[in-house]
Amino acid sequence: MAEPDPGDDGPAETLAAVSFGLATVAAVALSVVFWRGGQPQAEGILLAVVCGGLGVGIVLWARLATPQDHVTEERHLVGSTEAQVEALASDFEAGGAAFGRRRLLVGLLASAGAAFGAALVFPLRSLGPRPGKGFKRTAYADGQFRLVTAEGEPVRVDDLPLDGVVTVWPEGHTRDGDAPTLLIRTRPEQDLRPRPGRGDWTIGGVVAYSKLCTHVGCPVGLYQAEEGLLLCPCHQSTFDVLDGARPIFGPAARSLPQLPLGRNEQGELIALGDFSGPVGPGFWDRDR
Amino acid sequence: MSRAPATRRAVAWLDQRFGAAGFARTALNKVFPDHWSFMIGELALYCFTILVLTGVYLTFFFHASPTEVVYQGSYAPLRGLPMSEAYRSAIYLSFDVRAGLVMRQIHHWAALLFLASIVVHLARVFFTGAFRRPREINWMIGVTLMILAMVNGFAGYSLLDDQLSGTGLRISYSIVLSVPVVGTWMASLLFGGEFPGSDIISRLFVIHVLVLPALIVVLLTIHLAIVVRHKHTQFAGPGRLDTNVVGERMWPSYAAKAIGLFFLTTAVLCLLGGLFQINPIWLFGPFNPAQVSAASQPDWYMGWLDGALRIMPGWEVRAFGFEIPNPFFPGALLGGLTFGLLYTWPFLEAWATGDHAEHHLCERPRQRPLRTAMGVATLSFYMVCLLGGAADVIAVTLGLSVNAVLESFRLAIFVVPLVCGWATYRLCVELSARDGLPARPGGGSGGRTRRSTSRRARRRAASTAGPE
Repeated sequence: MAEPDPGDDGPAETLAAVSFGLATVAAVALSVVFWRGGQPQAEGILLAVVCGGLGVGIVLWARLATPQDHVTEERHLVGSTEAQVEALASDFEAGGAAFGRRRLLVGLLASAGAAFGAALVFPLRSLGPRPGKGFKRTAYADGQFRLVTAEGEPVRVDDLPLDGVVTVWPEGHTRDGDAPTLLIRTRPEQDLRPRPGRGDWTIGGVVAYSKLCTHVGCPVGLYQAEEGLLLCPCHQSTFDVLDGARPIFGPAARSLPQLPLGRNEQGELIALGDFSGPVGPGFWDRDR
Repeated sequence: MSRAPATRRAVAWLDQRFGAAGFARTALNKVFPDHWSFMIGELALYCFTILVLTGVYLTFFFHASPTEVVYQGSYAPLRGLPMSEAYRSAIYLSFDVRAGLVMRQIHHWAALLFLASIVVHLARVFFTGAFRRPREINWMIGVTLMILAMVNGFAGYSLLDDQLSGTGLRISYSIVLSVPVVGTWMASLLFGGEFPGSDIISRLFVIHVLVLPALIVVLLTIHLAIVVRHKHTQFAGPGRLDTNVVGERMWPSYAAKAIGLFFLTTAVLCLLGGLFQINPIWLFGPFNPAQVSAASQPDWYMGWLDGALRIMPGWEVRAFGFEIPNPFFPGALLGGLTFGLLYTWPFLEAWATGDHAEHHLCERPRQRPLRTAMGVATLSFYMVCLLGGAADVIAVTLGLSVNAVLESFRLAIFVVPLVCGWATYRLCVELSARDGLPARPGGGSGGRTRRSTSRRARRRAASTAGPE
């Protein structure tokens, strides 16, 4: 601190001093803010003033303390001379020759390495179950379930207004990722055209489709009742509810799987079996 | 005047332990060329530093657990809702931890800026030809760093188990699932079963805070070590040759500026983190697999992927009872092709131009019309993809039909890159003609190889070839 003052760098030095001073004040204020319990906006501003003050101060200080003229440093080719490379290669080969001559050992070492590598793959098998039937079946396959809402309430046809949509699950499986189902009540004047063999899958104008988009599995959420179209909000795939939930626009290439609907003695909607196909996004052996 | 002897004593003490005085002196005197565009890579480095610092703080409070709990905390609108422990701890650290929210928001903003500066840095290196021999391997390391940063950013915001991130995870699950032959196994092993599974949050946490950051640190260190070994490239100019580096010394000018820039970057990030809300997970709510909200958009650096998924028409391949699902093409193949092309570009270009010589002078983009045009076309392709990810928002904002907007994007994805590429090519040719420089669509380039020329001849050639 006993250094003589450099003197005539007036404005820049003053500005650097002010920056450091400001940083100090802001840091103290930051402590106060934290002490009082914190406040995100104040914390952000004060942190910015502290860091900004330090940054500006240091840059100004560097500019006034150091000469601005440029220095030149020589650059050499990256590669070594041919002789150096030659020497390295022959040293390496001389050492390697001792290994290379023993064909049998090389082969055995390689097979040991390969076998060890293969053995180490097996523990990874515990990361997840074999992707078998689980991808192709849902809980609906286990019997005839009542269809219930997220709250567990059963649904009757008349609970649904015309053009109404409700998400349901097989009773007892409302947390299943692959089972969410859309119940849609179409209007009588709409031309509901069931797929061949699915004539009795609808009850009183109510159709049921998997809620998972056949593109990448987003829940198909938006129903445009006027045209009877289901729209996926993620990537704008559009399905025609009146025509077996056939994809008519967007990246989805498959219809939404349909659920066969029935009614129990209480008039509550039930599922008569599993969906017409695997739900959600496609995969390699989906058709197998 | 007691300071100097103390410095001397410290230096001597350290040198007696490491004997590194010569090395350290070389390091202090290392010369850094002075050009604003060389600062962008630094910016990425500082963002990464901030990411590590804020990230460590966040790990003290975040619990990467899918266990279901009922929220009873201080944020009233969520009280009584079932949610995962992960989501609850993220809400807790946002509202009840000192500096928690500001740290979380700085962390997220720093991730966005990290990726942005990496992409701009990559573009700078590409358009100036700074990837040419001897820097091909460092280019590949850089591309790897970009991929790791993207994956880690995605892993990071997917941890919080809110409605938006859950939707993103579901989409990535479906892309993994779409890979031919091995997709179902990969998805099952990664997620621990069918989506959503119970393992993905805790696995992503380890990937996000340990595996990928460790890889990034290692590769970043190698990236910088190679820069030191090669020395920086520089633009040609008076006295700036292929055989030298002109600029400022490490100590004190460059070091001071670098530290200053670090603090200024931090200041901007703090301001963003404090004043500009980002990823307000308390508004999205906890993840519910049966729900999704409209206008779900990922972070910007994943936007191209989401856009490509939307723009792709509803085609898939089905044959012999097997299928290649639609998301494979925009989701996996497009990325694979892009990154494959990036990795191999230095070699492809050297092969196409026959220029295998060593280069240390940056080229101006106009000097290489074809390269520049291809770079611009590629960038504009991804820009169309990125905008396509907001097709629904664009349609709603402009009052157009979503289908019409998406149809236009399907056209634009081919037309825009072609037009941009062609315009760039013409522009480069015109500009270099105006400079009086012959544009070099291919062919040799004043580079050097040890075998072909002696040192002195090279020096002479370089100084006469250098622009006046």
